[in-house]
Amino acid sequence: MTPAEEVTRLAAAVEDPELPSLTIGDLGILRGVAVDEGGHVDVNLTPTYSGCPAVEVIEHDVRAALADAGWGDVTVWRVLSPPWTTDWITPEGRRKLAAGGIAPPAAVAELAGARAAATAANNGRSAGGFGHALSQPVAFVVRCPHCGSKDTEVLSAFGSTPCKSLRRCRSCAEPFDHFKPL
Amino acid sequence: MSGTALDSAVACYVLALGDDALVCAQRLCEWATRAPAIEEDVALMNIALDLLGQARSLLAYAGELEGSGRREDELAYLRDERDFRNCQLVELDNGDFATTMARQLLFSAYQFELYGALSSSTDERLSGVAAKAVKEVAYHREHAAGWVVRLGDGTRESHARMAAALGTVWPFAGELFEPAAPAELVAAGVAAEAPSLQGPWLSWVTSILSAATLDIPTVTWAPSGGRHGLHTEAFGYLLAEMQHLHRSYPGATW
Repeated sequence: MTPAEEVTRLAAAVEDPELPSLTIGDLGILRGVAVDEGGHVDVNLTPTYSGCPAVEVIEHDVRAALADAGWGDVTVWRVLSPPWTTDWITPEGRRKLAAGGIAPPAAVAELAGARAAATAANNGRSAGGFGHALSQPVAFVVRCPHCGSKDTEVLSAFGSTPCKSLRRCRSCAEPFDHFKPL
Repeated sequence: MSGTALDSAVACYVLALGDDALVCAQRLCEWATRAPAIEEDVALMNIALDLLGQARSLLAYAGELEGSGRREDELAYLRDERDFRNCQLVELDNGDFATTMARQLLFSAYQFELYGALSSSTDERLSGVAAKAVKEVAYHREHAAGWVVRLGDGTRESHARMAAALGTVWPFAGELFEPAAPAELVAAGVAAEAPSLQGPWLSWVTSILSAATLDIPTVTWAPSGGRHGLHTEAFGYLLAEMQHLHRSYPGATW
């Protein structure tokens, strides 16, 4: 294993502080690693959301993980381009999300399609009563991670963290988070 | 434009965009614990957090370009009113929930067009921030649209309140489409051409208002000046609250 491969393996294994056992490798936010002859390490990370409060924690955890393995001379770079997208979440990441009770994100193309359809229909109609299903002109099928039913509704586009929306299953009546396609 | 002058012009432009996001985030935070429902409390705080993240990136960049050692905190907490370049729309008092949603509708829709255009800015830092932010504000404008439609096409009371709210904020939208950067910056592909954003903005906003059974208000005055440091009375109070802690305990960390 080359030094860069070893550092990549170590960095990719760092867990996201918020999401159930997902690593930053699973999330697709580790964008590159370089190790020069002098042993200096550069790690490129990309943030998920502009205001994600976990970014600084993750950067710290990456430095700590590398330091534990003997890589003390590390610079972590925050790279904005190309912008992170949920399409970069690996299949293993999606599996872990579902196992943790979070519906994995639909493909971004699906979101774009749903938005285009809503615009075409000019259907800004609200759904549900006050405080409940806050309307969005975007409706696409999200399976309940508890019972697997497709009969779910959105309660709020903004959930426990910026990356998630809050949904409810109309079949088993459980609420759940949905990782928003971005 | 020479290198330094260009940097200075870009810094000025980036600062305006950062100030928009910062001030809007600050206003949204005033809804914490006070929103109509807990889901809305969470939604508004998440939107504010997205905006704050955009503000941090933009202010940090402006500080670097300025080159006098000011970073995001110095810029956010130690400037006086006349040095802030946000549009007046975002500094308006929140008012009732309808007024806040009307403001968010107009502002988020503007940011959507703005960041969309800036995603292809020739300034790599700016295009990076914009390409990420445009996806976030897509959700912001949908959220506002949902409420505007529900309140507009709602009860007699909610419709009247929503119409009044729209009347309050609409005149402030004009400033969004005034040039915010010198012509050279637009020509160089760094800055977006603000006037050209108005067409697509109006088209989308009109479609939402139509679904909400609301009319576009008749504009009888054209407030402006935010980009030149001229702000409303409300702004002074906002800054006082936002900056008080930092100014009271200079250099404090925790």
